[in-house]
Amino acid sequence: MSTTSSPKPVHVLQLYPRDMNIYGDFGNALVLKQRLTWYGYQPVMHSYDPGDEFPEEVDVVVGGGGQDSGQDRIQQDLLGISEKLHALAENDAPMLMICGLYQLFGHYFETREGRRIQGIGLLDITTYGTDNRLIGNVVSESEEFGQILGYENHSGQTYLGEGVKPLATVRTGEGNNEKDPHEGARYRNVIGSYLHGSLLPKNPAIADFLIGTAVAKKYGEALADSAAPGLTALGLSELTAQARSVAATRPR
Amino acid sequence: MIRPPAPLSVAIGRAARGLTRLRGGSGSAFPGLLVEKLDPQFLARALAKLPRGVVVVSGTNGKTTTTKMVVELLRGQGLKVFTNSSGSNFTRGVVASVLGEASFTGRLDADIAVLELDEAHAVHFVRAVNPDYSLLLNVMRDQLDRFGEIDATAGLLRTIAEHTTKGVVLNREDARVRAIADSLHSQQIRYFGLAPELRKLFPSDDEMHSASSAGGETPPRSRPDAAAPAITPEDSASGGPDGTGGETPDNEPVEPAGTGLISTPAEELPEADVLLTGLQNRGGSFRLGSKDITTELTVNGAYNTYNAAAALALVRQVLGADINDDALISSLAQVAPAFGRGESLTVGGQPLDLVLVKNPAGFRLGLSSFSAEGVATMIAINDNYADGRDMSWLWDVSFDSLAAGGVKMVSGVRAYDMGLRLAYDDVDVTALEPNLKSALEAFLAAHPEEPKRIFCTYTAMLALRKHLSAYTEVEGF
Ligand SMILES: [Zn+2]
Repeated sequence: MSTTSSPKPVHVLQLYPRDMNIYGDFGNALVLKQRLTWYGYQPVMHSYDPGDEFPEEVDVVVGGGGQDSGQDRIQQDLLGISEKLHALAENDAPMLMICGLYQLFGHYFETREGRRIQGIGLLDITTYGTDNRLIGNVVSESEEFGQILGYENHSGQTYLGEGVKPLATVRTGEGNNEKDPHEGARYRNVIGSYLHGSLLPKNPAIADFLIGTAVAKKYGEALADSAAPGLTALGLSELTAQARSVAATRPR
Repeated sequence: MIRPPAPLSVAIGRAARGLTRLRGGSGSAFPGLLVEKLDPQFLARALAKLPRGVVVVSGTNGKTTTTKMVVELLRGQGLKVFTNSSGSNFTRGVVASVLGEASFTGRLDADIAVLELDEAHAVHFVRAVNPDYSLLLNVMRDQLDRFGEIDATAGLLRTIAEHTTKGVVLNREDARVRAIADSLHSQQIRYFGLAPELRKLFPSDDEMHSASSAGGETPPRSRPDAAAPAITPEDSASGGPDGTGGETPDNEPVEPAGTGLISTPAEELPEADVLLTGLQNRGGSFRLGSKDITTELTVNGAYNTYNAAAALALVRQVLGADINDDALISSLAQVAPAFGRGESLTVGGQPLDLVLVKNPAGFRLGLSSFSAEGVATMIAINDNYADGRDMSWLWDVSFDSLAAGGVKMVSGVRAYDMGLRLAYDDVDVTALEPNLKSALEAFLAAHPEEPKRIFCTYTAMLALRKHLSAYTEVEGF
C-alpha cells in the first residue's frame, strides 16, 4: 500500500460538549467531520470537558451554547485553558464559537445583578445580561460568507470593541444586541456568533472556510472537489440551497 | 368593585359561552376570561368544595395522555372526576370547563378535579387554587424557544410543587424534576421511575452529548444544580480525576443518541413507589410498591408506557389504602391514547403509525422503540408556532437507525432541513415534497403492500390526519 493514498488527518476539537451543547450545536462538529471526509481528509474528533487533558494536536476548534448552569460549570476550566486557546488563535487556527462560548471568549459577561463572569478575552467583546430574551430566526449578510442564516436564543447582549469586526449585518432578527445591527464577531480566523440552527449545515461557506483554513495551514493545499454523496431525491448542494431559501422566508 | 355572587358568575359565564358558540367560536377562552375578570375567586370556590380535592398534572411532555390515564384510573375506582378535557390547559380554559359543568350555585358535581396545566399557566393557577396533589412529569426541550431555558421551566414546576398542600409525585429519572424535592418540606413526596435496564432507552437531553458515549458509566458530576447556580470555587474548578478522557476514537464524533446514559447511578436515586420494569409491544410491566404486574395497554410507545407509571404513582398517592388493585389494572389496560399521541391506523389493509415528535428526546425514543425494518418511513417536519420555530433540535437526534432502509418520503415546511439532517447522517431519502397532501398521496401510492410509519411534528400531524380521513376512519379531534 502506498502511503500517499491514506487520507491526511485533521484534528477537530469540540469544547465542552457535555455542558455547552444546547440547541443542536453538535451539528457543527458533525458537519465538519462529514465534509472533511468528503474532501478526502481523515477527521479526528476530540472532545474536551472540564478536567480533561487538552489534546496535543488541534486544527479546528468548535464550541456551543449552554444553560446558565452549564456556563457556570465550565467557566473556571475555560480560564485554565485560556493560554492554549490564545496561542492557537494567534497562530491563525480556525475556530467557531456559538452563543455561550462566544460570550465567554470575550472579556466578561455582566449579569443583571452586576456580577462579572470573567471570560478569556480572546475576542474584544463584552456581554451584558438583560431581561429580554432575543429569540427567533435570523437572516444576516456577510461580505465574506454571503447570507448567513440561523436561529438566535439569548438574553445576554454583546457589544464589539475595536479589536474585532462584526461577522455579519442583521436583516431579520437582532444578532449581538438590540442597539446595533451586528451579528457575531471575527478576529483573525476566529468566528463568534449567536446563531444556532445548527449554523454550519445551512451555511457551508463557513464550514468550508474553517476546513479550508485548517488544511491550507497544515498541508499547504487548497480544498479539492467534494465527494458529497447527496440523496436519491436531491444532491447535497441543491438540498442546502433549498433549505436556505426556505429558512430565509420563515417568520421570526 | 363588588364581587357578584357565584350563581351570577355562572350565569354570566354561561351567557358569554352561548354567545361565543353562536358566533362560531369554540366557547372556551372568552367566557372564562369574562368570569375571571368579574370574579377572580370563582375557580377557587368551585374547586374548594370537592371532597377529594384538586390534582394538577404538569411537565413539558406527555401531560395530555397522563392526565387521561389518571382520570380513567380514578373513574375505575368509582370516583366522579372533573377534568379540563377540552384541551384548554390554562386557567381560563379551566374556568370555562367548570362553567360547562357547574350547577347554577357554582357547585361541581364531582369528587375530585384532575387538571392538565401548561407549566407557565400552572404557576398562575396554583397561586389562585392550591392543589392537594401534583404530578410533575419532566422538563424537556420542546418548549425552549417559548420559555427560554430548561432551568427556568424547572423553576415553574418547582413553584407548582411548593403551592401543593398534600402530596407531590416526581419523576426520579429527570434530574431537574427530582431536585424539586429539595425545596419541599411538609408535602408527602413519591417518585415514579425506570428499572435500571430500561434507563438506556430514555436518554435525557443533558446526556445525549455525554463524552463517555464510547462506553462506561458517566460520573455523576454533571448533575444539574437546580438551585441558583452561584459560582463557588469548589463547584467550578470541577474536573475531578474521573474525567473520561478528551478523545473519542478516530472518526467518532460524540454521538447525540442511542448511547445515552443516565448520569446518576441507580443506587443514588430515591426509591420509586412505581417502577416501569418492562416494555412489551402494546403492554408494560410495573412494580407497584412490592407487587409486580404486567398488563396490556391500548396506548403504544415507550413514553406512553412510562406515563402510565406516573399516573399509577399519582393515583396510589391520592387514594392511599382505599385502592382496588384489580380495578386499577383493568382500567389501565383500557385507556385510549390521547389524540395524536402514538396513533395506529389502517390504510389500504396495511398498518400506518403516526408518531408525534416534538423534541430530541421524543424523536430519539420514537426511533428506538419501533424497529425500522420492514416498514416504509416518512418524516414530516413543520415549524409553525405550535411546533416550535427552531430547527436546531433535529441536530440533537441521531438517525443512524434509519440508514439501512432509508427514508421514503420527507415532507413539511422544513422538509429540506430534515433532508439535510439525514444527508449528514448518511441516511438516504427517496423523495422529498414539502406539500403534505401531495407527499402523503405519493408515499401511500408507492408503498401499497407495506406497513408504514410517519414521524411528524404537531401541525404536520393535524394536516396528515385530515388528509388521511379520505382513506380511513380517523377519530374526530
Ligand atoms: Zn444560545
